[in-house]
Amino acid sequence: MNLIRYFILGTFFGFALIKAEVISWFRIQEMFHFQSFHMYGIIGSAVVVGMISYAIIRKLKLKSLAGEEIIIKPKPYNKGTIIGGLIFGFGWAMTGACPGPMYALVGSGIIAMLGVVISAVFGTFIYGVLQDKLPH
Amino acid sequence: MREFLSQPWPWYVSGPLIGIMVPLLLIAGNKPFGISSSMRHICAMCIPVKIKFFDYDWKKESWSLIYVAGILLGGFLAGYIFKTPVNVQLAASATDDLYLLGLTDHSGLVPAEVFNLNALFTLKGFIMIVVGGFCVGFGTRYANGCTSGHSITGLSALSFSSLIATICFFAGGLFVSWFIIPLILAL
Repeated sequence: MNLIRYFILGTFFGFALIKAEVISWFRIQEMFHFQSFHMYGIIGSAVVVGMISYAIIRKLKLKSLAGEEIIIKPKPYNKGTIIGGLIFGFGWAMTGACPGPMYALVGSGIIAMLGVVISAVFGTFIYGVLQDKLPH
Repeated sequence: MREFLSQPWPWYVSGPLIGIMVPLLLIAGNKPFGISSSMRHICAMCIPVKIKFFDYDWKKESWSLIYVAGILLGGFLAGYIFKTPVNVQLAASATDDLYLLGLTDHSGLVPAEVFNLNALFTLKGFIMIVVGGFCVGFGTRYANGCTSGHSITGLSALSFSSLIATICFFAGGLFVSWFIIPLILAL
């Protein structure tokens, strides 16, 4: 199994999330109130690095380790992008955590965050149940 | 080394380290960097009833769950073993706002008054933790991605839907942070 590489990358990511303080509920409120550049600097520089590296991968036609062509499939655009996006935004402000950070916070020992994770999984389940009835 | 690992990193260090996840996962196995789909795989793994949305071979996506296990360990290492000894250095105006909200303990990564197990049984704690969590899970799946999948990976690939999603994430967050959280915390 070559899955260990994802474990290592995940550990690295979780570590960076905590040290970046992007998992701080206080930082998230500070961001939404435009009181500090910190979060904008992080998200902005992460996107710039992602964008440049993806452009290089495409330009040089780099392959994955398994030799596959690398491509990011664009996600579909529909009503869910807007409605779901807004709903996620509500949850992001309340919990101060998006999915990556909520796992990292549980790992750091904040037990109440487990409540957020369980609720989020439940929310995902309810979406799966209601999918056909929701506007898309 | 230990000193570097025990202190908070400035945005120009941590931002690029987060962004580099995009090419690393693509090279490692052609995987799009995104976290919220892990919750779909958890449902697919745990739920015995047949629901179309969860009826697929989650084992093919097990990399995502293993990645999440790594995040838990990373959180433990950074938040527990190499715990930052000082409070998050917020802007003075942000600290003032926290006092106005009635939050006086700024020592951890989350406000201890709201995010603790006892608070879960109060109305404000229930809303912040349970309703908030539900919105995260429901909203990310409905929008088909979260901050990592849309705002970092999608924007890196110059995707239109990801741009719209990111704007909506932010609009929703602004609304709740400015107008709803003060109401919830006053309960």
